[in-house]
Amino acid sequence: MIQTPESEKEMSTSAQPGSLASVANAKQARTQPTQATGTGLEARGIHAWFGKNHVLANINLDFAAGSVTALIGPSGCGKSTFIRTLNRMHEFIPGAAMAGEVLLDGKEVYAPGVDVTKIRLQIGMVFQKPNPFPSMTIGENVLSGLKLAQLKVANKDELLESCLVRAGLWNEVKDRLDAHGGSLSGGQQQRLCIARALAVSPQVLLMDEPCSSLDPGSTLRIEETIRELSDSMTIVIVTHNMQQAARVSDYTAFFLSDGGPGEMIEVARTSEIFSQPKDQRTENYVTGRFG
Amino acid sequence: MSAVATPQKPWAKRPVDRIRGFAFFIASILFAFGLVAATEIKGKLAYAFIFFVAYGVLTATFAFISRGAPAAKDVFISTLVSLGAVLTVLPMASILFTVLQKGLPGLHFGILTNDMSMATSTDPIATGGILHAITGTLTLVTLALIMSIPIGILTALYLTEVKGKFAGPIRFLVQAMSGVPSIVAGLFILSAVLYPITKNYSAFMGSLALTILMIPTIARTSEEVLLLIPNDLREAGTALGGTQWRTVAMIVLPAARSGLMTAIILGVARIAGETAPILLLTGGGDKVNPNPFSGSVGSLPYYIWKAFSAGSPEAITRAWAGLLVLMIVVLILFLAARALSNRKVSK
Repeated sequence: MIQTPESEKEMSTSAQPGSLASVANAKQARTQPTQATGTGLEARGIHAWFGKNHVLANINLDFAAGSVTALIGPSGCGKSTFIRTLNRMHEFIPGAAMAGEVLLDGKEVYAPGVDVTKIRLQIGMVFQKPNPFPSMTIGENVLSGLKLAQLKVANKDELLESCLVRAGLWNEVKDRLDAHGGSLSGGQQQRLCIARALAVSPQVLLMDEPCSSLDPGSTLRIEETIRELSDSMTIVIVTHNMQQAARVSDYTAFFLSDGGPGEMIEVARTSEIFSQPKDQRTENYVTGRFG
Repeated sequence: MSAVATPQKPWAKRPVDRIRGFAFFIASILFAFGLVAATEIKGKLAYAFIFFVAYGVLTATFAFISRGAPAAKDVFISTLVSLGAVLTVLPMASILFTVLQKGLPGLHFGILTNDMSMATSTDPIATGGILHAITGTLTLVTLALIMSIPIGILTALYLTEVKGKFAGPIRFLVQAMSGVPSIVAGLFILSAVLYPITKNYSAFMGSLALTILMIPTIARTSEEVLLLIPNDLREAGTALGGTQWRTVAMIVLPAARSGLMTAIILGVARIAGETAPILLLTGGGDKVNPNPFSGSVGSLPYYIWKAFSAGSPEAITRAWAGLLVLMIVVLILFLAARALSNRKVSK
């Protein structure tokens, strides 16, 4: 495993003030996680454009270390675009532009001179469609991040096993690590992609509708994985499945676009969003009256 | 208790259908022979053509009587489509047959171990050989591959991965270059390199011209192959902290491997039998030349051209044998490349 400096671990206990962080601390006390590192991820006044199309306006959102935050909202409201600004995958799209700040452990992700590949190592991503690398075996897929980022680890076999165990896939593939990633079912492939993201020890894991192409059984399995991972990392998950948001997340943020750029209407503890949302539009959405 | 089900194919042809089909077939053949014998029509192609028309009309008539006009149209069009397929294959088969028929007498035991340095065009077939031509062709193709694979694939990467400012003009130029006549490439190297600089025939000069012809084929085919690689994979590689180069080298290129191999095969196919630049640039010696950078060197196309020009019966037989060997060499290259591209990724 890649070691994280001890100082960063200590910082997690002194999270920044504010209701979200204090709730996160309460949750940490409940589950007693000690591995979640850093002060988490903060988005400050994020805007995003594709060409002249303004798709996201003024998003302010904190993700406390070790928390699971679900982003819900109708299609086209900018949820995916938002999480792609967090690990700088937004700039991958031609014509993309953005404004605002993203802070990881208090450090600006978009600052000049920041090594963008390092940022993406610290903020991992799982995509909507399972995308294991076709030319690699299951084992090679899990360890591919190390090769891509040219990282060294002491014990590859140990890392391979621990990542697959944490992704909930070890028992199913331990006898066929040399098989191709494409030989797995869709749900297994998605867990393989999660294991692949875990292998580089990210602090934050972004998941863009990770279960949207999976059956209910695989979805349940991945939700268990998310719960287990939340002890050791910060997770942001985009989902269209409100039951899923209710099951896995500590906080829920509701995004909406009324034809213009997408905005964040409301963020609160998940139980509050689903029981007593402050905004009428949130209530309409979570109760299924629209969207 | 239910009866044990046996697998059946209710849609399969019954024996009576098969017999009827075979009868139509025989009848059409007989009709073709009869018509050719009875009228002025002559030639092998006439048999094939009359057979197809007769077979189509017969089967279509039967289908019309038994199942109506739409079925008749269907059957007739099926026959026409088969005719098209056969007409495409016929010239190929004819060429292969002719080359085998005329080339086989020219083969002998020493052909692969001797060169033509001690034989003249009127010597018996059993003297001399084509060692110099085979080694020369392999040298030319190898040198051209060494130069054109990196340049071609890097060009394709520029067009698909880097997507630089000049991607548009470069794509246009590559497409235009793929139509360059081979004699132009030969003359270009002759006037730009051979006359002013080296002043000497060599395999390297020939392979330079072949490289010019090969790069567009490799670059265009590689570009198409790379465009088929889903963008998901590039994003996944980047999201794992890979730089663009490492993502391309570790994920995109391996995923495209079999397609890139096809691009290279097509490139080799483009140049293996190329003659015009070879005539201008290699000098076409009759001896094995171990130095690819100096001195004239033989090659199969050159050998074939030279033997045909010599004109004696022995020389012409030698030319056919050379053709046969050239086709075998190209076939071997194809099979080797195909085997390489199909080989499963080893651990």
